[in-house]
Amino acid sequence: MASEKPKENPVNPDNPAILSTLLLKSPAIGALLLWMIVPLAMTLWFSFQRYNLLNPDVSGFAGLDNYTSLVTDPSLWTAMWNTLVLVGSVLAITVVFGTLLAVLFDQDFFGRGVARLLIIAPFFVMPTVSALIWKNMLLHPVNGLVAFLMRSVGLPAIDWFGVWPMTAVVVIVSWQWLPFALLILLTAVQSLDQEQKEAAHLDGAGPLRMFFFITLPHLRRSITVVLMIETIFFLSVFAEIFVTTSGGPGLATTNLAYLIYVRSLLEYDVGSASAGGVIAIVLANIVAIFLVRTIATSLEA
Amino acid sequence: MTNSLTKKLVVTILAWTAALVMFFPIFWMLVASFKTEIDAVATPPVVVFAPTLDNYAAVHERANYIRAATNSVVISVGATLVALILAIPAAYAMAFFPTKRTRSTLLWMLSTKMLPPVGVLVPMVILFRELDLVDTQIGLILVYALMNLPIVVWLLYTFFREVPVEILEACRIDGAGFRQELRHVLMPLALPGVASTSLLSVILCWNEAFWSLNLTTSDAAPLTAFIASFSAPEGLFWAKLSAASTMAIAPILVFGWLSQRQLVRGLTFGAVK
Repeated sequence: MASEKPKENPVNPDNPAILSTLLLKSPAIGALLLWMIVPLAMTLWFSFQRYNLLNPDVSGFAGLDNYTSLVTDPSLWTAMWNTLVLVGSVLAITVVFGTLLAVLFDQDFFGRGVARLLIIAPFFVMPTVSALIWKNMLLHPVNGLVAFLMRSVGLPAIDWFGVWPMTAVVVIVSWQWLPFALLILLTAVQSLDQEQKEAAHLDGAGPLRMFFFITLPHLRRSITVVLMIETIFFLSVFAEIFVTTSGGPGLATTNLAYLIYVRSLLEYDVGSASAGGVIAIVLANIVAIFLVRTIATSLEA
Repeated sequence: MTNSLTKKLVVTILAWTAALVMFFPIFWMLVASFKTEIDAVATPPVVVFAPTLDNYAAVHERANYIRAATNSVVISVGATLVALILAIPAAYAMAFFPTKRTRSTLLWMLSTKMLPPVGVLVPMVILFRELDLVDTQIGLILVYALMNLPIVVWLLYTFFREVPVEILEACRIDGAGFRQELRHVLMPLALPGVASTSLLSVILCWNEAFWSLNLTTSDAAPLTAFIASFSAPEGLFWAKLSAASTMAIAPILVFGWLSQRQLVRGLTFGAVK
């Protein structure tokens, strides 16, 4: 085809090659379409069905029963609250410290390359390993390093996962995701116009004024992106809870993701778990709409 | 001069403190992997000790560690290959033959990435049971490939866009067919981009711990699930667990350090430059 129409401009939309490019695109599009539609449709379908794998005799259309029983179940609201606390705390910690560290690592200092490698390392540690490091070696009430340090200054050792379980989970997830926020915000800080910084400096702006009037406004868009991407990931925090607290004690660390897991894989209540899944999807979509809009504007640029 | 040196020293101290605090948990695990089991749980913590490689030897002798490591390699590489095979033609078409709908197609692809996995846990478990994919390598390969496909397409698209169109036009004028064009012109030029995209995909697959925990039990369980199985007998195998964990994260840590920039590009879908 190319030899027949040698002078065709490849970006011209009237190009006859369009048909063959559709062929090139269709496997990826088809695969993603299936991957998105099939499970989504099944979740929706099951959420209106009476379906418990332990009780196969009971079946049929359930109407909104799964939703009403889920909404009237206090454990859903506990899980929603826990999700909110977890997502909110980790967002606050990672974005605040991520911004400060990004500004710090933007400066010139000795051994910057190595320090940067060390500080982003936690992001590449698999979630189950980081959860076990914190559970066994750092926060363990008897043999943990934190317990030892607290005892050595005369404080009583704390059973973090028993008494402050949500705090412990927040610490683990923040440790993993702070490098992500730092990495992205650092990229953004470094794109700040050097001349603009120098001009502000010549006008006599101190470091604090520089931060609040130049750096922070410049970072606004990147911070928004970090907030949205992290929210989508944090709605599904699972492995860290699975390995450390199993959602407990009681329901203290059961988030929406863990509740759905318990309902479906431990209690085999497919209907109720699917209704929970639909709620999780709706929550994520609220954020995703804004995220896609932000990405769309950057695609135009 | 001295003023700027003082500032540099202060920044050095602050930044290095932050870096060391963040890296400490990994360092502490690394140290524990060279201790004996008794030293590893000792309080106060043992700082001076004769390092031993026993834990690494012991872990290697355990068949299930080898199996988990093999699974991780097969699944990560397999999923990355599947994703590349689907993504390269699509990204090529979108980058060099953009239509009015290319932009919305890309955005739609990215939006599939925003579906929380837990929302489709139930249907996935049921589908896996029906299709006999539970605890199989091929099952996780498919899930991971689809999971990362939007990011892979997106990254390849941005890399292809950097290839000058004139070069491709020139080779088309010379009468090169699509395959020749792809193999001899585009791939060599875009190879660094394809390589770093693959690296990021391998990292994301290697560390994935939602589907691996829920869709595998033993035969196909990768390292994420294998390590999680240690959460029950706590206190008994800390040193060996540390050795296993160190080996599980070491290669990915190196990959991660190599692909920092692609990580920013890939995970923010170009919204941060």
